[in-house]
Amino acid sequence: MPVTLRSLSRRALLVGAAVAFSMPAFAEDTIKFGLVAAMSGQSAKSGEAIMRGLSLAMDEINAKGGVLGKKLELVVRDDESNPARGVVAARELVQREKVAALFGGLDTPVSMAIVPFANQSRVPFMGVWAAGTAITRNGASDNYVFRVSAVDALVDRALVDYAIKKNAIKKPGMILINNSWGESNEGGLKAALTDKGLPFAGIEKFQDADVDVVPQLTRLKDEGADALFLVANVAPSSQVVKSLDRMGWNVPIISHWGPAGGRFTELAGPSAANVHFIQTFSFAGKMSPKAEAVFEALKKKYPEVKTLADVTPAVGIANAYDAMHLTAMAVEKAGSTDGTKIRDGFYAIDRYDGLIKAYDKPFSEQNHDALSSGDYIFTHFIEGEIVPLTN
Amino acid sequence: MLLFSAIVSGIAVGSMYGLIALGYHVTYVVSSTVNFAQGSCVMLGAVLGYVLGIRLGLPMPLAIVLSILLCGLFGLVVERLLVRPFAERGSSAWLMATVAGGIVVDNVVLFTFGKEPRGFPSFLAAKPIEIFGMGVFPLQIVIPLVGLGLAVILQFAFQRTAKGKAMLAVVQNKRAAQLMGINVRRAVALSFALSTALAGLAGILIAPLFSVQSDMGTLFGIKAFAAAILGGIGSAWGVMLAGILYGLIEALVTSFAGSSYTQIVAFAVVIAALAIRPNGLLGRAGTRKV
Repeated sequence: MPVTLRSLSRRALLVGAAVAFSMPAFAEDTIKFGLVAAMSGQSAKSGEAIMRGLSLAMDEINAKGGVLGKKLELVVRDDESNPARGVVAARELVQREKVAALFGGLDTPVSMAIVPFANQSRVPFMGVWAAGTAITRNGASDNYVFRVSAVDALVDRALVDYAIKKNAIKKPGMILINNSWGESNEGGLKAALTDKGLPFAGIEKFQDADVDVVPQLTRLKDEGADALFLVANVAPSSQVVKSLDRMGWNVPIISHWGPAGGRFTELAGPSAANVHFIQTFSFAGKMSPKAEAVFEALKKKYPEVKTLADVTPAVGIANAYDAMHLTAMAVEKAGSTDGTKIRDGFYAIDRYDGLIKAYDKPFSEQNHDALSSGDYIFTHFIEGEIVPLTN
Repeated sequence: MLLFSAIVSGIAVGSMYGLIALGYHVTYVVSSTVNFAQGSCVMLGAVLGYVLGIRLGLPMPLAIVLSILLCGLFGLVVERLLVRPFAERGSSAWLMATVAGGIVVDNVVLFTFGKEPRGFPSFLAAKPIEIFGMGVFPLQIVIPLVGLGLAVILQFAFQRTAKGKAMLAVVQNKRAAQLMGINVRRAVALSFALSTALAGLAGILIAPLFSVQSDMGTLFGIKAFAAAILGGIGSAWGVMLAGILYGLIEALVTSFAGSSYTQIVAFAVVIAALAIRPNGLLGRAGTRKV
C-alpha cells in the first residue's frame, strides 16, 4: 500500500491520540484544581489577581512536598463573565481534566450558574470573590460550595454599622446600579436598616451609561439624605462622585467594593477619597509579617509588581491565597481527592494562620463562609492606592 | 431648585445627543442612508483623543484635530465598504452592514485599547462654576454652544451655498444630479466623512464628563437616533432641538418620577410624538415624485 498523505496524517493522528491518552497516567502524579474566572474583558484584572494568589499559595505548598505526596497543578479557564461559558468550562474541568476542586471568579451570575453543577457532581467549588449571598447559601441539601470572600448580606450590615458609628446617620439614601447586583444589595440594605430601626430617604437607580446622576442625587438630597450607600462598579461609581462634585454636595459615601476594581482616582478625581468602601484585605498600612512575606514573594514571582499600587485588587490575591491553602488542607484531611471526602475535610480544618486572619474552624456544615463581617475593613483611595481607614 | 437642576442637566446631556444626531442627519439628506456605527464613531473619537493626547502626549489641540480627521477617514471607509456596495444595488443591506461594522470596531478597540475604563482629564471639567446657585462644568456649556453652532452652520451650508445645494440635489435625483455635473459618489462619501467627524467631535467632548471605554458609544448612538427621528431627520435644527428635548425629558422624568421610569417614559414620548407628527417635530412630509 502506497503511503498517501491521508494515511500518513491518520497515523499521525493515532500517535497523537496515544500520546494524549497516556497523559492522564502521567498527570496522576499531580492533584489538579480548576479555576473558572474572567481572564478577558472588563474584569480581566480580577482574574489575574486571583491567579496570582492561587499560584503563590500553590508554589508554597509544592515547595513543601505538595499534598498527599503529590504536587498541585492549576488548570485555568476563561468565563468571559458569561454564565453559560462558565458552566461549560466547569463541566470540562471536572469531566475531562478531572479536577479535585473548582475555584470561582468575580461575577456572581457566573458563580450562581456553576453552583447547581458543582453540587450535582459533588465537586467542591470554592468562591474567592463573587459576593452574592445565595452562592454559598444555595439551599441545597448536599452543599459543596465554600467561600473565602465577602457575602452581600453581611456586607450590607457592615455598611450600615459603619455608617452609624462613623457618621451617626439618621436617614441615609441609596444610589444603586440598575442590575441584579444592585437589586440584591437593595434587599440587604433595607433589611439591615430595618434591624437598626432607621428609615431611608430614598432608593435611586442609575445605569452604566449615565453621564449625569445629578437628577437622582438631587432627589435624595431633597428627601433629606444624610449619607449615601453606593453599589456599582468602578466607572459608574465615579459618575456619582463627579455629579456630587458638581452639586457641591459634601455627603458621606459608604460603598460596596466596586471602586476597588479599577483606576478610581483617575476616573473620579480627587473627591474619590471621600468614598469609603469595604474590603476583606489590604496590603497598605502596617503589614503583618505574613503580609510582608506574601508581598515580597509577589514581587519576586511577578517582576511587574513593584509598589503597593501594583497589587490591586488586593482582595482577589488575598482571598485566593487563603482559599488555596484552606483547600489544600481539606484535601490533606480527606486523605483522597474524592469530592465528598474533601467537603468533609473542609469541616475538619481546625486552625490556619492565613493572610487575612487566623482562621479558627473556618467551615462547618451550617457555615460555608470563612469570612464574616468582623473581617471586613473600610478603605479609601489616596492617589490611586487603596488605604485602610482607621475607625 | 429640582426643576432648575433638571433643566441644566437635561440641556447639557441633550445637546450631546443632538450633536451625534447631526451625523445621522448629514448622510440622510444626501443619500437617504445612515451610518448605524455612529455610536462606535463617538467612542473612536474619545479613544483616539485619549491615545494621541494623553498616552502619546501630543498637544491637546493637535490631538483633537487629528482624531477628528481620522474619524472622518473612517467615515470614508464605512461608506466605501459598508454602504456603497449595497446602496448602489438598491439593497437595504447597508443597514445591517453598518451595525456589524460598529460591533467589529468596538471589539477591535476592546482588544487594542483594553477594556479598563480610563479617565480623560480636561480643565473644562475640573472645577464647576456656579450659575444661579447650580454647579455646572464649563464643558457642559461648551457642548450646547458647539452643537447649536454646528446646526446653524449645516443648515446654512446646505440651504445657501452652491456646494451644499449640489449635495442635496443628489438625494432628489441621482441621474439628474450627475447630468448636471455633480460628482454623486464624492458627495455621498463626503457626507459620511462629515458625519463620522461630527460623532468623533462629540466623543471628545463627552469623554471628560464620562470615561473612555470601548462600549461607551452604543447607548449614545441609540438615543441620538431616537433624537434624529424625533426631530425630523431632514432638518439640522430639528435634530439638534430634539436632542436637547430628549435630554430634558430624561432629566425631568428622573427628577420628578424617579429613575425607575426614565427609559420607559422617554421612549414612550418619542413614540407618541411620532404618532402625532410622523415626520418629526420639524420634518416635512416626504413626497415621492414619479
